Amino acid sequence: MSTISLPERTSSAAAPSDPEPTKKGRPFPWGPLALLTPALIMLVVFIGWPLVQLVIMSFQKFGRAQIFGAPPEFVGLDNYAKVLTDPEFWAVLGRSIALCIVSVVATMVLGVLIAVMLTKLGAVMRTAVSVSLLLAWAMPALTATIVWGWIFDTQYGLVNWVLTQVTGENWMGHSWLIDPTSFYAVAAIIITWGAIPFVVFSTYAGLTQVPGEVLEASELDGAGGFARFRLIVLPYIRSILMVLLVLQVMWDLRVFAQIYALQSIGGVREKTNTIGVYIYSVSMASGDLGAGGAISVILVVILLAISGYWIRTMLKQDKEES
Amino acid sequence: MNRPRSLVSRISLNIAAVIVIVCSLFPVYWMVNTSLLPASSVRSTPPHWWPDQFTLKNYQEALGDQGLITALLNSLAVTGITVVAALVFAFLAAVAVSRYRFRSRSLFIVVILVIQMIPAEAMIVSVFRVLDGWYLINTIIGLSFVYIAMVLPFTIWTLRGFVAGVPADLEEAAMIDGCSRAGAFWRITFPLLAPGLIATGVFAFIQAWNEFVFALVIMTRPESMTLPIWLRAFVQATKATDWALVMAASTIMAVPVIVFFLFVQHRMSSGLVAGAVKG
Repeated sequence: MSTISLPERTSSAAAPSDPEPTKKGRPFPWGPLALLTPALIMLVVFIGWPLVQLVIMSFQKFGRAQIFGAPPEFVGLDNYAKVLTDPEFWAVLGRSIALCIVSVVATMVLGVLIAVMLTKLGAVMRTAVSVSLLLAWAMPALTATIVWGWIFDTQYGLVNWVLTQVTGENWMGHSWLIDPTSFYAVAAIIITWGAIPFVVFSTYAGLTQVPGEVLEASELDGAGGFARFRLIVLPYIRSILMVLLVLQVMWDLRVFAQIYALQSIGGVREKTNTIGVYIYSVSMASGDLGAGGAISVILVVILLAISGYWIRTMLKQDKEES
Repeated sequence: MNRPRSLVSRISLNIAAVIVIVCSLFPVYWMVNTSLLPASSVRSTPPHWWPDQFTLKNYQEALGDQGLITALLNSLAVTGITVVAALVFAFLAAVAVSRYRFRSRSLFIVVILVIQMIPAEAMIVSVFRVLDGWYLINTIIGLSFVYIAMVLPFTIWTLRGFVAGVPADLEEAAMIDGCSRAGAFWRITFPLLAPGLIATGVFAFIQAWNEFVFALVIMTRPESMTLPIWLRAFVQATKATDWALVMAASTIMAVPVIVFFLFVQHRMSSGLVAGAVKG
């Protein structure tokens, strides 16, 4: 999608003929503001306002009594102190980060490998791989989790049956979700399986931009396969990989539906909560909205810090275009 | 790029490709396969690798479930409202952002991007309270409002690219030929934008159809559940006894998404990265 930069426009159909002078003395057309109004109202009311509420709530004592109408009182940093000194919060955060790292590394490595493989396949095989990846990508996260839960089912699951056949030991009745470690292994498989297609297609789009002549020339100069990839291909796809990495980290850190659904198939909630599910259980199940708000603010800060890089990239892009 | 020359590397490459195909497709296949088998053969070893005892009984039973029908109707209502409203609002905003230069334009773009970064998981508590204050908990319209706001940043961002891709010269040429500015826009630019609107609309549909976190918090009553929320509860209730029925219900939820997705995937995969990177 190439964008064409447009000439400056300072007048519009909706604008009055004499533009209002602003403080800087530049004409401000009212046309765009009118066009932006509906979207702005929605964003302010349903994202901006709740966000302000969230920050306020994180400094208040807000429990069951307040839900039923008692006025909340400000307690300063109490909620944050409570959360940050709670060993469970750190356990949850550690688990979330570990799951995120494992899933992201697996996703990126496999995704890039499959993308490179696509460039070397014949046309028929390439189409077959692309179509099968598309199907995996199109599968909703929740249904994917349920299907994988069925594949790993304790009694009639395919995995236990195959393991029994292959190893000769009896795996029938082995529960994969009771033990937190293997619960997370299953979760990582589900998350990675769902995330790989996006990485493959994006990386493949980048790889096809690498000019063939350059590669041929380097081959003639005696560069081996890996050296060619590192020195010539990688610079072309570096920016794509960076953005993909940031996006994957953000998505995997806040993963919710997969964990929540997997817990209801057979996990132990207390031992397998990740930060998203933890916010839900602290706020909605335990009714401590103040603490839930504090954890939420911490999560937002972490994600905004991670995404700062990405937003800078986007803005640079926008400057080039305009 | 270059093709490997030696036979060995070509064979191993194709074996790797087959492994990727099997790993990607298998869960989708297994879902459909299990949903077409009677419950008794699902609870037997060895597993049935294909629907050799083909039956549609599970679908009949699932669609006879009042809970599923209610959830399906709720999901259709919420996604319908979300897609239409998000397209209209995002389109107007995209025109503003790409056809005009104004002082706060880049600020607006930054805001859009920052909102995109805010996790839904962090917003559940306060969104619940805001909606609760307006008596919008357990209402279709309440959840739709949240979804519209949720998909707007991305839809504006995507449409902005499409609107910018239509040269303003075309409009100017039409105006020279006697169209009004609005007329030129509707006759020239709008038809050229149709593919972009369809792609963006499908994106909004998929987001709203699959959304889990807000639906879980806002739609708490059985009669107001959307499909994903109902499905999760249904799995918890029936998984031990009837995986075949669960797979039929999952297939019913997944198929519309898969069909729509295949319909616009080439746009999505290019559009998603095009905003962020130029290769």
